[in-house]
Amino acid sequence: MTQAIMESPVLYVLGGCVALFVIAQSVFFLVKAWREGKRMGMDTKVMRKAAVSGGVFTIVPSLSILFAFLAMQGTLGMVLPWIRLSVLGAVTYEVPAATSAVEAAGMTFGAPLSGQVFTSVAWVMTLGCITPLIIIPLFLKKILSGVDKIKERDSKWGDIFMNALFLGMIAAFLSMGVSGEKPLLSWMVLGSSAILMALCGLVMKLTGWKWLEHFALPISMLGAMALTLLYVHILPADLLPADIFQLAGGVADVVEGGVH
Amino acid sequence: MDKKVINPGYYDKSVHVSGRMWIVAALLVMLAVPVVIGLENQAAPDWMVVLRGLLAVAPIYWTVCAIEVFTFAPMIGAGGTYIGFVTGNLTGIKIPAALNAMEGAKVKPGTKEGEIISTISIATSSIVTTLIVVVGVLLFTQLKPFLNAPELRPAFNMILPALFGGLGVVYISKAWKVAVTPLVFVAALIIFAPNIVAFAGSMLVPVAALVAIAAARIMYNLGWLGGKETAEGK
Repeated sequence: MTQAIMESPVLYVLGGCVALFVIAQSVFFLVKAWREGKRMGMDTKVMRKAAVSGGVFTIVPSLSILFAFLAMQGTLGMVLPWIRLSVLGAVTYEVPAATSAVEAAGMTFGAPLSGQVFTSVAWVMTLGCITPLIIIPLFLKKILSGVDKIKERDSKWGDIFMNALFLGMIAAFLSMGVSGEKPLLSWMVLGSSAILMALCGLVMKLTGWKWLEHFALPISMLGAMALTLLYVHILPADLLPADIFQLAGGVADVVEGGVH
Repeated sequence: MDKKVINPGYYDKSVHVSGRMWIVAALLVMLAVPVVIGLENQAAPDWMVVLRGLLAVAPIYWTVCAIEVFTFAPMIGAGGTYIGFVTGNLTGIKIPAALNAMEGAKVKPGTKEGEIISTISIATSSIVTTLIVVVGVLLFTQLKPFLNAPELRPAFNMILPALFGGLGVVYISKAWKVAVTPLVFVAALIIFAPNIVAFAGSMLVPVAALVAIAAARIMYNLGWLGGKETAEGK
């Protein structure tokens, strides 16, 4: 199959429509939440800061999506990876899904694909992550009203319940960050990020720089990522994960990071 | 009169009505992609290849997807869930963005204010992500040398610990009593059963949450979380 078909103008228009759909949905809920916040008497400044911090924080992690895009575009062209990483897409899902679909056709990822295999890959990537779009309309209201009932019954336990649910999630996230072979580097990066965050807190306390609060997470994350580059030069090679300098280490192997 | 103004419960109801409509629309958009690709290629899929490909990924991903909905939804609220699960990249981008914004706004997950802040931050996060990917596609040739640079890869391969170290310290320090048990639980798993952690991935989230809830309930019953300040400590 020629690259021209994978990247036909029709597919680019399709990709543009998908991107516009995602942006339209986001704007719709943004406006809806903003209006409700104002109706509730929430401070507009607080809501504006939430919008800014959401946007600023997103920039660096979003670059990881471009790495997944890089991993896929050689085999799947530009448009399909673009679309799949824009809707229900995740760095952690798309590469393994595409690879398994290509292998199911008896080929290896990286080889030129026939039109039929390319279409099959698109179906596998789409159907493999479709469940939230079925579960959410059916169950979301029930899930949220169930949590509300717990709070109504005993508000104090309701608060502790939410705390526990939340900290269980954080604990699992932490374990995802440091699991895998030769985890010393992961622990060092995790610890560095935690220390940088604590330092940001200390600076805020000492100087009263409230604005720093919204940038503390991007600072600790970027700082820890920068320190990673130092650590890989200091640590002996046999203590580093084997794939630390490979693209796959940041893309295909982070399935543990969740589907979405 | 505008029912949005006179009825405080209007948002709660309408967010589900419009959310469901957007989700159904997203489902149609998603399914349209492989259909259009097939029409454009003039090639129908090989359904046996699709089935074999799905068998390799669907059992684990469908399970994890379901778990993520049940675990994340109470944290990010209805609006955040309707956007976040359509735009994707929840664990690495949308959830941390929402938590960071709620922390900055001094509101708690699971409250109405938390829902508003979470929805706003996830919406802006989704817009930024979409635009970055669009720019990445448009400028791919120029960006390729940077993305291909092996000397930068360790930094991006360590993005999860870099993210969760900073995020973890904030929340654990605020409710350390509730945090101890799930932390000890995952630490024990990492030390004694690292393969389980690597295999379980996101499925560990509800397990750790259940451990945390059970331990919190015991401590609550024993009066160890007695003061209301402790319960609302986060």
